[in-house]
Amino acid sequence: MSNRLAFLRRIAASGAVAAALLAPAAALLADAGPAVAQEKPQTGGTLNVIVQPEPPILVLGLNQQGPTQTVAGKIYEGLLRYDHALKPMPSLAESWEVSEDGLTYTFKLRDNVTWHDGKPFTAKDVVFTTTKFLPETHPRARANFSHVESVTAPDDHTVVFKLKQPFPAFIKAFEVSSAPMMPAHVYEGTDYKQNEKNATPIGTGPFKFDQWVKGSHIRLVKNENYYLEGKPYLDAISFRVIPDAASRALALETGEVDISQFNDVEPFDVPRLKALPHLDLTTKGYEFVAPLSWIEINHREAPLDNPKFRQALTYALDREFIRDKIWFGLGRVASGPVNSVTTGFEADKKTYEYDPEKAKALLDEIGLKPNGDGVRAEISFTPMPYGETWARLGEYIKQSWSKIGVKVNLESTDVAGWVQKVSNWDYDATNNFVYQYGDPSLGVARTYISDNIRKGVMFSNTMGYSNAKVDDLFAKAAVENDPAQRQQQLSEVQKILVEDMPVIWLLEMEFPTFVNKRVHNAVTTAIGTSENFADVWVDKKN
Amino acid sequence: MNRDFWKAFARNRGAVVGLAIMAAVVICALFADLIYPTSPWEMSTIPFQPPLSEDAVLGSDTLGRDIAAGIVHGARVSLLIGLTSTAVALLIGVTLGAVAGFHGGRIDDAIMRFTELFQTIPNFVLAVVLVAIFTPTIANIVIAIAIVSWPPLARLARGEFMALRSREFVQAAVTTGQGTGTIIFRQILPNSLSPIIVSASLMVATAILLESSLSFLGLGDPNVMSWGYMIGAARTVIRQAWWMSFFPGIAILLTVLALNLVGEGLNDAMNPKLARKGRA
Repeated sequence: MSNRLAFLRRIAASGAVAAALLAPAAALLADAGPAVAQEKPQTGGTLNVIVQPEPPILVLGLNQQGPTQTVAGKIYEGLLRYDHALKPMPSLAESWEVSEDGLTYTFKLRDNVTWHDGKPFTAKDVVFTTTKFLPETHPRARANFSHVESVTAPDDHTVVFKLKQPFPAFIKAFEVSSAPMMPAHVYEGTDYKQNEKNATPIGTGPFKFDQWVKGSHIRLVKNENYYLEGKPYLDAISFRVIPDAASRALALETGEVDISQFNDVEPFDVPRLKALPHLDLTTKGYEFVAPLSWIEINHREAPLDNPKFRQALTYALDREFIRDKIWFGLGRVASGPVNSVTTGFEADKKTYEYDPEKAKALLDEIGLKPNGDGVRAEISFTPMPYGETWARLGEYIKQSWSKIGVKVNLESTDVAGWVQKVSNWDYDATNNFVYQYGDPSLGVARTYISDNIRKGVMFSNTMGYSNAKVDDLFAKAAVENDPAQRQQQLSEVQKILVEDMPVIWLLEMEFPTFVNKRVHNAVTTAIGTSENFADVWVDKKN
Repeated sequence: MNRDFWKAFARNRGAVVGLAIMAAVVICALFADLIYPTSPWEMSTIPFQPPLSEDAVLGSDTLGRDIAAGIVHGARVSLLIGLTSTAVALLIGVTLGAVAGFHGGRIDDAIMRFTELFQTIPNFVLAVVLVAIFTPTIANIVIAIAIVSWPPLARLARGEFMALRSREFVQAAVTTGQGTGTIIFRQILPNSLSPIIVSASLMVATAILLESSLSFLGLGDPNVMSWGYMIGAARTVIRQAWWMSFFPGIAILLTVLALNLVGEGLNDAMNPKLARKGRA
């Protein structure tokens, strides 16, 4: 079998031109399926990508919103990249070493990298970025690099990070949006946010900034001096701003754009677009953010403060129905606080099947008996104001909980009102979803530890959940250098959390990435289409 | 009088048809709980069932809710909102119009300028803003619709009152020493009711449309099933499942059409001169 594949691959590699000449042979190759993916890359062409909404700025060190990442991910680079299993791979650093005690991280930088303005990229830039620029402008990087005691550059192409104490999640801190390398010669000693070069961003990536027509498109062109021989393949990338979801779907249908990601395509349009012959659908490339959606519950209100009540609410939900009918099959039913693609996931823990009878039994147990109208408790639910799908979820939840005697009053808000309500703890229950950034210490602990009960701060522990054991385990796991020991701590904390049910985990969310079949290598790493696209190439039009 | 009224009304065939449709809608609304005893939100069947399926005559929606149940229960909400908001609008509009028309002068000026203030703002935009500010609940939607619909009634009532105020029977009432309130409510109002009733019947139709549009935009009360909501929720899948928005759309169309037909019939019956010969 592998012999045959290798044979086909060889044909494909050597015969790309021949295949084009010999139509029947091309048809045969197409039938061979995956083997044709190994064709020889072609140079040239322009790629069209949806960017939505329009990014406010393209300097990745100053802004890390999704759309900014999509565009600026091609201009800037980090020291490392991560494959779908979150294993680090070389980017600006060609090799790296972590000392036995977990305290010293040594990166060896590539020596032929230049900034887009021609100046060489050196260790000085890395030290500047991680000690000065990012700690001032980037909250997530500030938290990551707060574990660092010193950053030194023994020579121009070596950088050494010394940590105050072990922090195993640190190896995940070098992804391009977490720590984009910024040019010291442009920013050092200036006001970063006001620097006039912000309008024409300068990075090390395979594409350079060319043109930005506000409200229409952003154009990047090939960096001729890119450090990898022969790359990038594309001449240019055009990022198209298309605010209306129906127009975005149409643009994909007609081939006007090649790539969509995240919420560009509404879930209800996915089955239709999936059926189109010229589009490929993948849900890979979101492993780094690994969003987890849940029903957030305010523990300050009775009976929501009772874990048994929250367990009952969980049993009353058919999360497979939610995935299949509300999200049109996108996502995996969540089993706990850690996404199954995130480091440290523990599979062996309590599960909650759909079982309304068990839910009712639990409610009986805690003394919530139905009154004359069959109502045991009444709560309000504020659906996340992020569009149709979340509204449908609210309706589903109301109906499902009414069957076990929990009456739900739905409340509508706008986005500002929702953030206001949730962050100030003025709600009973709502939905939310949060990114995990590859490691529980980076993206999971923050919503469950009692240190992070901070009024007015969104995506903190807004439930008011507090369990000393959980606090302790998360704190230990953050600094535990022994992987086995750390896994044990993380597993234990997950087991406690699924008993307490501080929130009701719904789905490990998957987003549809549509890629036109003429595009190759679009999604190859854990950050999907935010990757630098040095390897992406398109079939030439006949 | 009664027989004459019916005769005049029935002369307009359309009005009779309209009345029949309205009767059907009212029956749906009154007996919704008997026709479909379970909640219209109940996910009772398989999602995306086309019409004429075994357990969903008009098909089911994206979550498996019965469209027919939604339409029957939605009739209740539509009528409730249409009637109550018109009643509130009548209360505001007729009161202000009556006071303005009866007193005239500065009071009239003040009230009419105030009315114009509301007339210069587009109805629907104002309704959207009001509902967005006061959170979408049935009561707030009724109030918002009433607030945007009363100005035409006020102008109408003012015109009628101005015309009637100088009539002899009113002057007779004044000379016999009747109070202002008595004159307004006992003498003039009964005589100016016909055009007000006609335009109120049309206003019910407008109110139903307004409520549907608000729900369509997601500004309906999320706890009640309404036709506009059904269309709004189903428009995203209209290419896969036309029936989810088609049937509630038909329901709105028929109801609004029926109300307009009835309004026209009432107009014929109550203002024969106005309708046939124009104002003399």
